[in-house]
Amino acid sequence: MTDTTPSTSGRAETRTSKSGLQFLKGHLREYGILIALVVIMAFFQVATGGILLKPVNLTNLILQNSYIVIMAVGMLLVIVCGHIDLSVGSVLGFIGALAAVMIVQWGLPWPLAAVICLAFGAIIGMAQGFWVAYFQIPSFIVTLAGMLVFKGLTLWLLAGQSVGPFPPDFRLISSGFVPDVFGGENLNLLTLYTGIAVAALLLWLSIRARQRQLGTGADVEPFAFFAGRSALIFGALVYMSWLMADFRGLPNVFVVMALLIAVYSFLTSRTTFGRRIYAIGGNEKAASLSGINSKRLTFLTFANMGMLAALAGLVFAARLNTATPKAGVAFELDVIAAVFIGGASMSGGVGTVVGAVVGAFIMGVMNNGMSILGIGIDWQQVIKGLVLLAAVIFDVMNKKKG
Amino acid sequence: MPPILEMRGITKEFPGVKALDDVTLSVAEGEIHALVGENGAGKSTLMKVLSGVYPHGSYDGEIFFDGAPRAFRSIRDSEDLGVIIIHQELALIPLLSVAENIFLGNERATNGIIDWKETHNRAAELLARVGLEENAETIVDDLGLGKQQLVEIAKALSKNVRLLILDEPTSSLNENDSAKLLDLLMDFREKGITSILISHKLNEVSKVADTITVLRDGSAVARMDCADGVDEDDIVRNMVGRNLEDRYPPRGTHAPGEVAMAVKNWTVHHPLHPERKVVNNVSFSVRKGEVLGIAGLMGAGRTELAMSLFGRSYGRDISGEVEINGTPVDLSTVRKAIDAGLAYATEDRKTYGLVLDDTIRRNVPLANLPEIAKNWVVDHGREAEVATRYRNRLAIKSSSIEQVTVNLSGGNQQKVVLSKWLFADPDILILDEPTRGIDVGAKFEIYTVIRDLAAQGKAIIVISSELPELLGVTDRLYVMNEGQFVGEMPTIEASQEKIMSRIVKSGEDA
Repeated sequence: MTDTTPSTSGRAETRTSKSGLQFLKGHLREYGILIALVVIMAFFQVATGGILLKPVNLTNLILQNSYIVIMAVGMLLVIVCGHIDLSVGSVLGFIGALAAVMIVQWGLPWPLAAVICLAFGAIIGMAQGFWVAYFQIPSFIVTLAGMLVFKGLTLWLLAGQSVGPFPPDFRLISSGFVPDVFGGENLNLLTLYTGIAVAALLLWLSIRARQRQLGTGADVEPFAFFAGRSALIFGALVYMSWLMADFRGLPNVFVVMALLIAVYSFLTSRTTFGRRIYAIGGNEKAASLSGINSKRLTFLTFANMGMLAALAGLVFAARLNTATPKAGVAFELDVIAAVFIGGASMSGGVGTVVGAVVGAFIMGVMNNGMSILGIGIDWQQVIKGLVLLAAVIFDVMNKKKG
Repeated sequence: MPPILEMRGITKEFPGVKALDDVTLSVAEGEIHALVGENGAGKSTLMKVLSGVYPHGSYDGEIFFDGAPRAFRSIRDSEDLGVIIIHQELALIPLLSVAENIFLGNERATNGIIDWKETHNRAAELLARVGLEENAETIVDDLGLGKQQLVEIAKALSKNVRLLILDEPTSSLNENDSAKLLDLLMDFREKGITSILISHKLNEVSKVADTITVLRDGSAVARMDCADGVDEDDIVRNMVGRNLEDRYPPRGTHAPGEVAMAVKNWTVHHPLHPERKVVNNVSFSVRKGEVLGIAGLMGAGRTELAMSLFGRSYGRDISGEVEINGTPVDLSTVRKAIDAGLAYATEDRKTYGLVLDDTIRRNVPLANLPEIAKNWVVDHGREAEVATRYRNRLAIKSSSIEQVTVNLSGGNQQKVVLSKWLFADPDILILDEPTRGIDVGAKFEIYTVIRDLAAQGKAIIVISSELPELLGVTDRLYVMNEGQFVGEMPTIEASQEKIMSRIVKSGEDA
């Protein structure tokens, strides 16, 4: 910070005079995660000889990571609130099993089964959130118990067997694509147009936000950075939609994912609900003394997490086309890692939905890239672990300096 | 007798504050030396210098112990010479046994293997010396506070104590336990152990002390020899004797309006020790446009009273009634209290007041988010406008509203907390130690805000341990001690001596 002179003038001064380098130092974390994703993608793109960004692989990458992303969105809320949920992997497996039993064994219509599954997930979340919020039982313990309980119930429900296959309609959740209403010949035009439209919308939103910031005297990023970042995001979105259009278009699950990201981004950054969650995580006592019902909100974040874990369970079961007792094992670790790589703080109050999603994709790109390169699962784990450690060390050091 | 301890010309500065200014303290071997003074007079700081919590080099002046100059770098250094402090908050591990606590960090062991027989035998001996009839294997948590205090003293004895320092040892003890503790101190004096007793309770001090040193605003202002007999009023005068300069804005000329809030028979029990009444049958009222003060020492129950009123944020088994504008109100949650027009600005802004990692912009509207939102969607423009308005109105010194509150000075943090509650637009505002730890200039600004609010017809309740502040800023005063209101007076009739003597004497009557 160069400008620390106290100002009491009516309209706080805007500080675009600050040099770009100093701004970067102050906001290293926000750029760092984006830069890290770009660097990692570039590295694997070169190392795999261009396979990483082939249309079919890109589509696969999204499908492979969809359930992690869906759960990361919910986990972000839980972690911002100052808690953790270790049970999500088991809940994902359990809901997959429940769906299989209802659809395959009982012959229930799949939309009905899906609704029941989501409701069941929310109830599981509530059951855990109840103890955390109203009895102050540490979430680590409650959800560790939940992890064991639902792992066990999955085994019991499936009687140790795999149950499948699902009807084709159900499988479309994760293997289907949105039909091209524009009827493109070699290119899926809907995908391309949607990509361009979304990119343009985001660009417009960020320009508007910047203008507002300039108006209120916030800490505004230098124009060069703003332009560079906006161009990068715009370009990347258009390029990705072109790649996907070149394959089979928009996967259904991608649409679901994008909607969730949009809704939860808005919820966390723009609503009073989001503001209160951050306040609880930042200082629960101060939030409570400001009239915020921290118990109920904590309860709700767990209910929400349970529901999203259930959604991820449906997506995963549809993708595998079978429910197995091993589904979801250790997924919670990937989800939690994604949220922390994305800049959330262990002590709560810090983190963004977009950060968590980028964190999930960093993990996903590494998984995918290393698999293409033929690196064994053993070393993949080692490398992923070190990346997580490095990201958090970077965070802590960065905070100390600031 | 030659002095066992001499501290000469001790000066200790913190950024912006001189906590100790050329203090001299001389303690004779084998005496009980009392150290008295108001909160913030520098007693604890002086003892931290002595014990090495503030290491040699971080202060000016010299310390002689046992005739030789000493440069303590840590508590270990001072403990090695037998200087042991027992703090107000006991440093016992609640779930370990008495014997384990006594020898914590000083275990009876060979090669790291604890000799339990030796441990328990020695512990039993020490317990006998302090007159505590408890098994050495009892878990500390199962003992009352008085007995825990004795365990602390036994722990000190295990280290071959030569100078025992007790910081407010009786503040949380009942009459009976206090008397026992004082007897023990006199017993130690017979055996040649020197003690320094820090206490607010002048009746206790005059009962046991041989010499008294009075600290005020970081200076040693008086040294009294008790052999000639002491006058408690004399001590009080020395404790508070300072001038009320023009440190307070003038009072308004408006007369207080009707009763804004009336509290009847309010009783609050301690959350962990339900048998203890922290607030005991308190009734009071505050009028519109009035600044009401609540005086009392730390631990008198003032914060507990305020927090229990504000959405039952403290205590259990709360009973009593509250009327606001003549109608009974339900204050059972913070939300209901805020909606009823109550606000409470905490004494501990870092723990209870601010989301420290958040910006000024995000902290100010926290108690009234719906006001800056439409259908739950926060209007960032309006939020920035609100934050900017309060930043200007209270002159919060910061680079912008985007500054993170953890980096603000104490006075500016306090202004952010005040902004938050002003934005919630309460009718009754409780300010708990509103100027603790902030500089004189910022204090004046906060007093001005208080007077302005009163002039607008708000009812203000100020809780403060600084008597001059209460005398300077309030219209009417209640004096609180040990959970009860022990006096009420219009501020114009009040004086520091009057308030202090109400507190001190109420302790004697009990």
